[in-house]
Amino acid sequence: MNDFVLIRKNLFRKKLRAILMIVSILIAFAIFGVLAAFERAFNVGQEVAEADRLVIVNKINFTQPLPIAYFNRVRAFPGVREVTHANWFGGYYQDPKNVLIVFAVEPETYTQIIGSDVIIPRDMRQAFIRDRAGALVGEGMASRFGWKVGDHIPISSNIFSQKNGSHTWDMTIVGIFGKRKPQIDANVMLFQYDYFDETRSFGKDTIGWMVLRTTSPSINDQVAKGIDTMFANSSYETSTDTEKAFNKAFIAQLGNIALIVTLVVGAAFVTILMIVGNTMMMIVRERAREIGVLKTLGFSSARVLRLVLGETVLLAIVGGLPGLAVAAAVTLMLRRSLVQFVPGMTLNPSIILTGLGFMLVLGLATGLLPAINAWRLKIAVAMGRG
Amino acid sequence: MSESSLVRLVGVSKGFVKGQETISVFHDLDLAIPADDFVAVMGPSGSGKTTLLNLLGGIDRVDAGEIRVGGQRIDGLTESELARYRAGNVGFVFQFYNLMPMLTAAQNVELPLLLTKLGKAQRREHVETALKLVALADRAKHYPREMSGGQQQRVAIARAIVSDPKLLLCDEPTGDLDRATADEILSTLQILNRELAKTIVMVTHDPAAARFARRTLHLDKGRFVEKGLAA
Repeated sequence: MNDFVLIRKNLFRKKLRAILMIVSILIAFAIFGVLAAFERAFNVGQEVAEADRLVIVNKINFTQPLPIAYFNRVRAFPGVREVTHANWFGGYYQDPKNVLIVFAVEPETYTQIIGSDVIIPRDMRQAFIRDRAGALVGEGMASRFGWKVGDHIPISSNIFSQKNGSHTWDMTIVGIFGKRKPQIDANVMLFQYDYFDETRSFGKDTIGWMVLRTTSPSINDQVAKGIDTMFANSSYETSTDTEKAFNKAFIAQLGNIALIVTLVVGAAFVTILMIVGNTMMMIVRERAREIGVLKTLGFSSARVLRLVLGETVLLAIVGGLPGLAVAAAVTLMLRRSLVQFVPGMTLNPSIILTGLGFMLVLGLATGLLPAINAWRLKIAVAMGRG
Repeated sequence: MSESSLVRLVGVSKGFVKGQETISVFHDLDLAIPADDFVAVMGPSGSGKTTLLNLLGGIDRVDAGEIRVGGQRIDGLTESELARYRAGNVGFVFQFYNLMPMLTAAQNVELPLLLTKLGKAQRREHVETALKLVALADRAKHYPREMSGGQQQRVAIARAIVSDPKLLLCDEPTGDLDRATADEILSTLQILNRELAKTIVMVTHDPAAARFARRTLHLDKGRFVEKGLAA
């Protein structure tokens, strides 16, 4: 026997009580895991944002278009190394339920600029630039629908229509790209802007947004201000920001996900803290005599304190680890069903580490007061001998 | 007062504050208990028997005077020093056994050894020896709830002696047992005293129990009123 066995035996001496506490902690950590994975997936764009990339959108909001003529003016702006443009397509495959993230892009510059995020084989990139109806598909999307290079696929839009009234564009998959970083979303389809612009029934010669690289991140502010000043007082004023700020603002439109996660997890944890803390206080009171016996045998007050804290930390771990396992399973299920909304939703190592940290904090917090009570308990009082 | 005494109390005073009143339990109390002695302490309720055990066990502190056990002065020790003193020098046997219900007999007996530097195998060996001494080797894996009162008290005695302390302090060790079982427990204590040279101080209300001791001290209002050899 050792102190750990003593702690374990103490924890499980009243099985029903222990199980109820473990289940409540398990639920709290499952909620934490799922929400944290959700929040992380939403904010992944900020993590992968490149320091020298800026995004230009319409000043009103990013759903409003910009004239294609802006593209060349931005390209010529001092400090701009390269620029590209893209349009939101609002795509789906066969059934509106099969939502796809599809962008109509300028093929040469777009593939150049995203080259640091994704892996596009050279021959596939060339084919994409050459083929007017060609599409590049991320490996996640290709695998989801079983697509391969050479497949002809009809992609529909829930926003745009063609001049002939059809909502569907025929495309040929000319390449499948992978991701360079695990956080990158490979559930994206790209097709040529020219093909899109020439066939669509409205919005001709407009683009959704531009992405540019500056010659150095140190001139980001200067370039952004200069571009916005250049288009000030025009019909299409611009708002230029870093890619990270743009992604953050995009997510903020959906609400403050981090705050929601913090509040829900905080409420769950405070509730658990009170339940477990109160139960542990009762347990220490119930065990006063046994604590007195341990001290009589020569266990120091500090060791008794460690035993009580050890019990609450063990309780938090025994409840928390399966909680994270449940969160991992739920995240996996949600990942499949929410792939088009929050791709890349996963319980990554940093969430698990944070969870382990929370277990330690929860264990120490719930055990602190009972442990101090046990530490201060006089033997004579505990044994009813005072 | 002999210099070879295992336990020596010199001028010990102890009182308790109750409300605005201080109740004196001992005033200028002296006592010497030689090594290998088996002393029964008797007296009416409130006479100070339990307080005496608490002071000898380092559970309570004197207001004045000094207490030496095995030559070591314990009245000025800190809490952690007292914990070490108890772990190394004193074994306790209580009226209600006070075993840990979630531990087996062997694990209960092993508890004091967790405070030593003994390895797992050595601890197991000590536990087996202690349980054999109280004739409970075959009950090592039983939980307290699976044992009778007498067996539980024997486990408690094994726990008290497993770390080989010089002094055993027993507080009404047979107070919860029937006569026959009580006599078995007292015989065990007697064997520990006579064959293993354990010095035993036993508080009891029971004159029959006191007869197992070598001598009996009578406490009344914090003073020893009569001393006699019982065996």
